[in-house]
Amino acid sequence: MKRRDFLAVGGVIGAAFGLGAAAVRATPAEVKEAILQLTGTARVTAGRVTLDLPPLVENGNSVPLTIRVDSPMTVADHVKAVHVFVEKNPQPYVASLHLGPRAGRASVSTRIRLADSQTVVAVCQMSDGSFWSGSAESVVTLAACTEPSS
Amino acid sequence: MASALINVPPSARRGEIIQIKTLISHVMETGYRRTSLGVVIPRDILRLFVCSYNGEEVFRAEIHPAIAANPYFAFNTIATESGTLVFTWTGDNGFSATESVAIRVE
Repeated sequence: MKRRDFLAVGGVIGAAFGLGAAAVRATPAEVKEAILQLTGTARVTAGRVTLDLPPLVENGNSVPLTIRVDSPMTVADHVKAVHVFVEKNPQPYVASLHLGPRAGRASVSTRIRLADSQTVVAVCQMSDGSFWSGSAESVVTLAACTEPSS
Repeated sequence: MASALINVPPSARRGEIIQIKTLISHVMETGYRRTSLGVVIPRDILRLFVCSYNGEEVFRAEIHPAIAANPYFAFNTIATESGTLVFTWTGDNGFSATESVAIRVE
């Protein structure tokens, strides 16, 4: 392959990847809409939900996340579900975690992907129908999700 | 084939809150990545993880591509009686894996 061809091909691939990366990105508005779809007309109050997320992440491919909700977890008053959203991944949804009175303690850990430095939001649905939310921010130095495989 | 690691205390006191940790090997290909030639790699993820305790669901996670490869979940449940915990993962391309672990409650 001549040097000129090589540069041309590289340019095309670069442009395609750039476009692709720009096209696949959720926005804060999308996150708001996703949360609205979940809660309907109910009010979301900030509080009771704690997110444990490292403030500085070297590799966005695997970021430990622990969510704790302040709830007695009894039959009468428990966490029904925790929904996790992110603003700058290709899509706003991360996971919907369904708990119940059998959980005993409202605490779940998992590992997530972060495509950029961003805020992670958790919206918690209680058994009485109320919604609570919490968030955490993380700075990512190596992004996940959209990078080409080697 | 899928291999899963599950950590459940083998025995517990009745009413005790126990922590369960699970890990399954899976690529969780997002469907947003491209090869070096610019071809999109098709999505291949797990969509659902369910844990049931003697037939009753105690934890369920609906997951999206933003969950890291080899999905890990740690959650809690109350040890009510001796029996079996069944873990099920389902996903794209007909993926399905089931594991069960016995627990003794005194």
